[in-house]
Amino acid sequence: MKKIEAIIQPFKLDEVKEALKAIGVDGMTITEVRGHGRQKGHKEVYRGQEYNVDLLPKIKLELVLPEGRVAEAIQTLTQSARTGKIGDGKIFVYEVAEAIRIRNDDRGDAAL
Amino acid sequence: MRRVAYSLLAPFVALAQQPAGEDRIAALEQAAAAAQGSADNAWMLASTALVLLMTGPGLALFYGGLVRKKNVLSTLMHSFVLMALASVMWAVIGYSLAFGDGNMFVGDLRFAFLDGVGMEPNGDYAGTIPHLTFMAFQMMFAIITPALISGAFAERMKFSAMVLFTILWLLIVYFPMAHMVWGKGGFMNAFGDGPLPCFDFAGGTVVHITSGVSALICAIYLGKRHGYPHEPIKPHNLVFSFTGACLLWFGWFGFNAGSALGASGLAASAFVATHLGAAAGALGWLLAEWMRSGKPSCLGGISGAVAGLVAITPASGFVKPMPSILIGFAAGLVCYFMVVAVKHKLGYDDALDAFGVHGVGGTLGAILTGVFATKAVNDGLGTAALGMVDGNGFQVVNQTLGALFAWILAAAGTWVILKICDVLIGVRVPADDEIQGLDLSQHGEEGYILES
Repeated sequence: MKKIEAIIQPFKLDEVKEALKAIGVDGMTITEVRGHGRQKGHKEVYRGQEYNVDLLPKIKLELVLPEGRVAEAIQTLTQSARTGKIGDGKIFVYEVAEAIRIRNDDRGDAAL
Repeated sequence: MRRVAYSLLAPFVALAQQPAGEDRIAALEQAAAAAQGSADNAWMLASTALVLLMTGPGLALFYGGLVRKKNVLSTLMHSFVLMALASVMWAVIGYSLAFGDGNMFVGDLRFAFLDGVGMEPNGDYAGTIPHLTFMAFQMMFAIITPALISGAFAERMKFSAMVLFTILWLLIVYFPMAHMVWGKGGFMNAFGDGPLPCFDFAGGTVVHITSGVSALICAIYLGKRHGYPHEPIKPHNLVFSFTGACLLWFGWFGFNAGSALGASGLAASAFVATHLGAAAGALGWLLAEWMRSGKPSCLGGISGAVAGLVAITPASGFVKPMPSILIGFAAGLVCYFMVVAVKHKLGYDDALDAFGVHGVGGTLGAILTGVFATKAVNDGLGTAALGMVDGNGFQVVNQTLGALFAWILAAAGTWVILKICDVLIGVRVPADDEIQGLDLSQHGEEGYILES
């Protein structure tokens, strides 16, 4: 099992969700986060007071998948979340030790 | 319903039954006066309600949106508590100190507890509307004036100190100032033979200079907000501020056109001047901002409209439409410059720019009233020349002296009151409370509870 953690542009969320659904990935958790990599922020001015905003709103999307689905999911994610500009985000992949379904104690791939 | 209809027709029925002659003329005059009184009273009650709308929700939202979200309720409360506190003070003693005869500087206690203030008009001020209507209209000015100051001490003043400050400020600064400019026998009352005749139609000096200058003193006395200007202190909801500013604009028709004290041609003139002043103010600020920082902002537009409204306030019942555009536009430019350039140079933290907009715009408006006031608009002094455009250039000096006097009274009074409050209860919240936010530390509640 692997966990895929993707940081994406907020406005790409719907597209990504649809694409994942199309390949049969239904479960996911999303969080509204702020951050930046190489993307520069922007300047805001309120009555002459300037502020540089460098932490930008992003969406963090987390999926846990069986080994066999990971490559396909990553490909789908990159394709659907990409605009080709700086700020599109990143994907991180982690090993998952165990998964447990709280409702009936299923373990491993069966719990996903 | 039939009875109401009959009672409305009664004067005319009576007329029809009377023989021709003096009785008939007297009855006609009485009917005409009653009709005018009804029209004036209707407009003045509506205006009174409009001026209340300026404080809550107008000013409350305008200021509330400009602070950080941890201080939104405390900022709304600064305006709201005055709707309660200033109203009661006005009824108990304020109206009398402002509009009782008294001396040149302050009224006496003849109207204390609203004694003698009833449905009969008071000919000294407004001969066609109930005395109660006049009192209630002026009450709304006593609410918004101290509320304007709260823009300077937002996000860091103790609520208890703010309440005590306001009580003393109304007693020491506002009631006497209102008496001096508008009260019978007042020192600066141009229509009551005051020795320093100033034109202040709806409160440029009484409301905006006093509150604006007091705001400056508050900002200096309290010191900067924690983190200012190095940490970002951004407005948390400019949509609130936009809504509030537009409600201010709307309510200002009551403030200025209502100051005609009747449903007259003068009210219409003040109405138009007010609207054009606001419009030109918005254009002035936006233009300056667009040229200087490259982008015209929504906050800039609404700030300019308020600056234009402030500056046109003393002039609204004295100037023609084209000068009102000039006054508003000048206020938009000058207040923009004050707020974005001068304030940062001088380094005081006037959190929401109460001084930059009201103090500066009010002073500019007072002086320009002396330039553009004309008897063609206001015949309150008969055929006498009013301002520079009428050939009375000296009025500019009078207006400047009047403004200066208001500056000194407001600054000195505010400084003394702050000292008193500081010694008695302390004016500024402890640093921890400030960082936590005044909503929690002063009021024990939060404006936004998203998880509930």
